[in-house]
Amino acid sequence: MELNLRAEVKNLEFSYGEKKVLNGITLPIYENRVTALIGPSGCGKTTLLRCFNRMHDLYANAQYKGEILLYPDKRNILGKEIDPMEVRMRIGMVFQKPNPFPKSILENVAYGLRVRGVKKQSFIEERVERSLQQAGLWKEAKDRLNSPATALSGGQQQRLCIARALATEPEILLLDEPTSALDPISTRHIEELIQELRKDVTIAIVTHSLHQAARVSDYTAFMYLGDLIEFGKSDQIYTNPKDQRTENYITGRFG
Amino acid sequence: MESQQDILANIKRRQFWDFVFALTGLMSLLFALITLITLIVDLSLTGVPRITLDFFTSFPSRFAGKAGILSAWVGSFCVMITTAFCAIPLGVAAGVYLEEYSKKNWVSQIIELNIINLAGIPSITYGLMALGLFVYQLKLGQSILTAGLTLGLLVLPIIIVTTREAIRAIPNAIREASYAMGASKWQTIRHHILPYSSGGIMTGVIISLSRAIGETAPLITIGALTFIAFLPTAPISDVPPFINLKWLMDPFTVMPIQMFNWLSRPQAEFHVNAAATGVILLMMTLIMNGGAIYLRSRFRKKMKW
Repeated sequence: MELNLRAEVKNLEFSYGEKKVLNGITLPIYENRVTALIGPSGCGKTTLLRCFNRMHDLYANAQYKGEILLYPDKRNILGKEIDPMEVRMRIGMVFQKPNPFPKSILENVAYGLRVRGVKKQSFIEERVERSLQQAGLWKEAKDRLNSPATALSGGQQQRLCIARALATEPEILLLDEPTSALDPISTRHIEELIQELRKDVTIAIVTHSLHQAARVSDYTAFMYLGDLIEFGKSDQIYTNPKDQRTENYITGRFG
Repeated sequence: MESQQDILANIKRRQFWDFVFALTGLMSLLFALITLITLIVDLSLTGVPRITLDFFTSFPSRFAGKAGILSAWVGSFCVMITTAFCAIPLGVAAGVYLEEYSKKNWVSQIIELNIINLAGIPSITYGLMALGLFVYQLKLGQSILTAGLTLGLLVLPIIIVTTREAIRAIPNAIREASYAMGASKWQTIRHHILPYSSGGIMTGVIISLSRAIGETAPLITIGALTFIAFLPTAPISDVPPFINLKWLMDPFTVMPIQMFNWLSRPQAEFHVNAAATGVILLMMTLIMNGGAIYLRSRFRKKMKW
């Protein structure tokens, strides 16, 4: 199958005030593939992921250098002239801890559309149903769309957050350790979901679990101390890493 | 190695100090409570028998038995409405700005410090400021509007501080979720920050109004009358546009001033009237604070993150 680029990170440096967190990352993100970012705590993988939707702009002292080109229009989404709102409208994100709004299930999923000013109720309902189906939550939620989202279990809440992100048809979906706060069954649910979703959307996932990365990803980037050490097909990275540090990490010698 | 006996002695000694501290705390609590209860009971014994329907519907009078608090409670009510109208939008907007928009640097820290200082300024100072600004400069007169603006300024810091606290209680994850959906700052505030903090903000508003309702000094300073035997202009009129704001410019009195007026008379019968007014004021404050506590607990239950 043909590989298309969906985004390209080029010499990305990122710092918080004086503290440099990413030292020049170059990385491709392929369309309809799952790219996993792995590495020990503090290696900068979450920081890199949050660059993709300019989450750092919410906090003072964030400085980007380099580019992230979003294909097909090859716009540098880190450019000063680009409003972070535009980037976030194109790139969805699911966070480590489920963070549904204390509103109804329906309102949660419809929120992205509401923000964009969509008023047509039939369109919203249709999109909510489709997103919940994609996120594997439709069966459980269809009879309680108007009940509060906070009454759902943790795993359901996280799937709701995925549905919320999918409802606006993002070009890339960012998942920041989406299962770290969940029990094993919910985790398996979400992993299966990721496999399914790759047909429709490009995914970048940060994970602490190497098993998870091996199970769900097509490509893997191993990061260490703010550097990208190795990038390649997941099969190759987990069976036959080229760099000594990658091998050490994968075999559990540090991290 | 300590023997069993040493350990027991050691525990006994520490238990003794535990007990001493608990007792000290209890005593302090009782001292404060008993003083308050004595005050309330004394006030009630004198005042409660005087509270009849007539007391609410009569104007003050030369005869203590005929005198009532009609103009005082209507005045208090009108001033509170004006105060709320001035202070809530300003205070909430300022609080939202400080939490969500302003950069966190030394300027914002100085502003923050000064807001807390403002909350501690003696209320009579606000009265002096209002006399100079509202009465003399802006020529608003000794009116309900002047009083509302003055008390509005007085409670503004309280509303700002409680608004900020309510907003700070919202987890950052909620903000990030909203922004990640492509929401603008205003959308995030409008859809999330304000609705989720409204319980806390309401609590602050009620507490600030319950403070304002008992304020006397600044209103005396701006020249509130102590004896008024008429009501402000009715807010509704029979000619278009049917709503009449002339009452804002009318002279007024409020309940604590009425109380002060009666207390300063030599006849004991008037002191009974003052006690009755005091009981009513106290009840209103208690009801308002109770409402605030109820609101807060209801919102805590509703907002699970």
